[in-house]
Amino acid sequence: MSQYWINMLFVGASFALYIGIAIWARAGSTKEFYVAGGGVHPVTNGMATAADWMSAASFISMAGIIAAGGYGTSVYLMGWTGGYVLLAMLLAPYLRKFGKFTVPDFIGDRFYSRGARLVAVVCLILISVTYVIGQMSGAGVAFSRFLEVSNDVGIWLAAAIVFAYAVFGGMKGITYTQVAQYVVLIIAYTIPAVFIAMQLTGNPIPMFGLFGTHVESGMPLLDRLDLVVRDLGFAEYTADVDNKLNMFLFTLSLMIGTAGLPHVIIRFFTVPKVADARWSAGWTLIFIALLYLTAPAVAAMARINLVDTIYPEGTAQAEAILYEDRPAWIQTWEETGLIKWEDKNNDGRMQMYNDANAAFAPTAQERGWNGNELTVNNDIIVLANPEIANLPGWVVGLIAAGGIAAALSTAAGLLLAISSAISHDLIKTIINPKITEKNEMLAARLSMTGAILVATWLGLNPPGFAAQVVALAFGLAASSLFPALMMGIFSKRVNSKGAVAGMLVGLISTSVYIFLYLGWFFIPGTNTFANVPGEWMFGISPQAFGAIGAMLNFAVAYAVSLSTEAPPQEIQDLVESVRTPKGAGAALDH
Amino acid sequence: MTEEDKKNAAAYWKANVRLITWSLVVWALVSYGFAILLRPLLAGIPVGGTDLGFWFAQQGSIITFILIIFHYAWRLNKLDKEFGVEE
Repeated sequence: MSQYWINMLFVGASFALYIGIAIWARAGSTKEFYVAGGGVHPVTNGMATAADWMSAASFISMAGIIAAGGYGTSVYLMGWTGGYVLLAMLLAPYLRKFGKFTVPDFIGDRFYSRGARLVAVVCLILISVTYVIGQMSGAGVAFSRFLEVSNDVGIWLAAAIVFAYAVFGGMKGITYTQVAQYVVLIIAYTIPAVFIAMQLTGNPIPMFGLFGTHVESGMPLLDRLDLVVRDLGFAEYTADVDNKLNMFLFTLSLMIGTAGLPHVIIRFFTVPKVADARWSAGWTLIFIALLYLTAPAVAAMARINLVDTIYPEGTAQAEAILYEDRPAWIQTWEETGLIKWEDKNNDGRMQMYNDANAAFAPTAQERGWNGNELTVNNDIIVLANPEIANLPGWVVGLIAAGGIAAALSTAAGLLLAISSAISHDLIKTIINPKITEKNEMLAARLSMTGAILVATWLGLNPPGFAAQVVALAFGLAASSLFPALMMGIFSKRVNSKGAVAGMLVGLISTSVYIFLYLGWFFIPGTNTFANVPGEWMFGISPQAFGAIGAMLNFAVAYAVSLSTEAPPQEIQDLVESVRTPKGAGAALDH
Repeated sequence: MTEEDKKNAAAYWKANVRLITWSLVVWALVSYGFAILLRPLLAGIPVGGTDLGFWFAQQGSIITFILIIFHYAWRLNKLDKEFGVEE
């Protein structure tokens, strides 16, 4: 059977499963549509949340980013997991106790203001729409790489599948497909990693292999990696970074951004009890860690494999591999443009080294090198992993199904967050409070359809800055929603004026700082400063600014609240009530 | 809510905030501390070809995060019962 048909078989089987779940899990009420009826087991919800959270970026790109960046890129590992500690202790259980359907619901009620609700809806839509673009284009990439269809056809296919279970099943359909998608993606990620860890370190558990011994050289794996990349003029993999302030703020931004993402928060509204929301956050992190503890191992091992492939006789003296001797997987991925080779010194060999390192230039010259000749896209690390390790064709099929599962599960969660904000917060609460249950359900399904169409359109016409907007999504979540939610629970004094002022200051300051370096409204060439470390204020990168935005939000909200009147008594009672679990069951049926 | 209930709720909240504070101290220590700012201090402790700070950055902090959440859930669910505020 050809690789194409194996991939078809795996992707087709996973789709049949998702559609089967869609037919089985249709939503009959708005409560089922928004929060899956509120009866999801905490472990089930943990698994669904893990899939909801782990996007195409986590599955396809993260290991490659770490492989290229080494220690400094640990910010993604810590930042994208540490947020769950905040979620478990500062937000999820109390919002579950509050017992409504959306994130703006809480902000609108707690800050007793339509303005606050509206600002929250705007933040939610900005965050979720920017995020969903990446998922749709990620799904398109996965389809086109593995199923030999065009990118556009891939995006339409992804949209059709999400439509099938999200529009009819709402949160209920999404929850159970996310569980299935988690199983698909974790198997797909783990199997090649286990084989590679076995080959390189003799240890079948990748996370232990990372700190184990490189069998071939007898050295510790990370020592070996440091050595070979140093030979090629790259920074050592485990080398410390100079700009600790930026690393600190970047990690903090990712953590509070994660905790403030609406599509993650609403998943915790689906569990039966407040205590379940606490457990469920722990289970979520366990399921995420299964991938996140494997990813750094995949990163380091794939980088060693890549260097060994290009320099089969070692990096110290021997020459790089001849182009005509390159392995089959390089040929395959050259066709996609993710691997490029240009013979700059006309010796027919594929030199790969760091030509930006001035101190290494004399060595390169001595060895007859005339610039780096091999460009390898970060995504290759995961996508080509099975082929690099010489694994059978069905493992490649698994990676195809896994990448698509990761993109679809996150897209569906985001689309639900968007559509429930529109149908519940805008239509039901602000525009027409008298809407019937049946019509609200229809409005929810129409909003979902509309959101899918917009996401598809944006996926087909990506605004050329998909990578940058992800930074914006985290920055906005960190600087706008997270502080408002946290103050709403932990302070009885913060009032509507303070919350609105705080959210706006956080939102605007973070957007402006990002625009200054990445272009105003992301229009290329309109950036005021060059996006290089020398130009950053106090060395803070645009991606790391969310934490500063959040601090400004807190400061402004407190200052404004303390100089204006205290919230009314019933609001202070509301805060009291979300703080204790007692009486949560009744609250949901409002 | 009676005066007694209010006092009880306030005491429960205080206990919760204390638990959260200590949990966040550990959370910050392993990630911002050991993995980032204090890494040079841990450079002398070797772990599989590198140092303890690198291990915390790539694995240790994630494992600690899981332990923090389960410890918090276990402790607070017990406090819920002690203060009689469970569902």
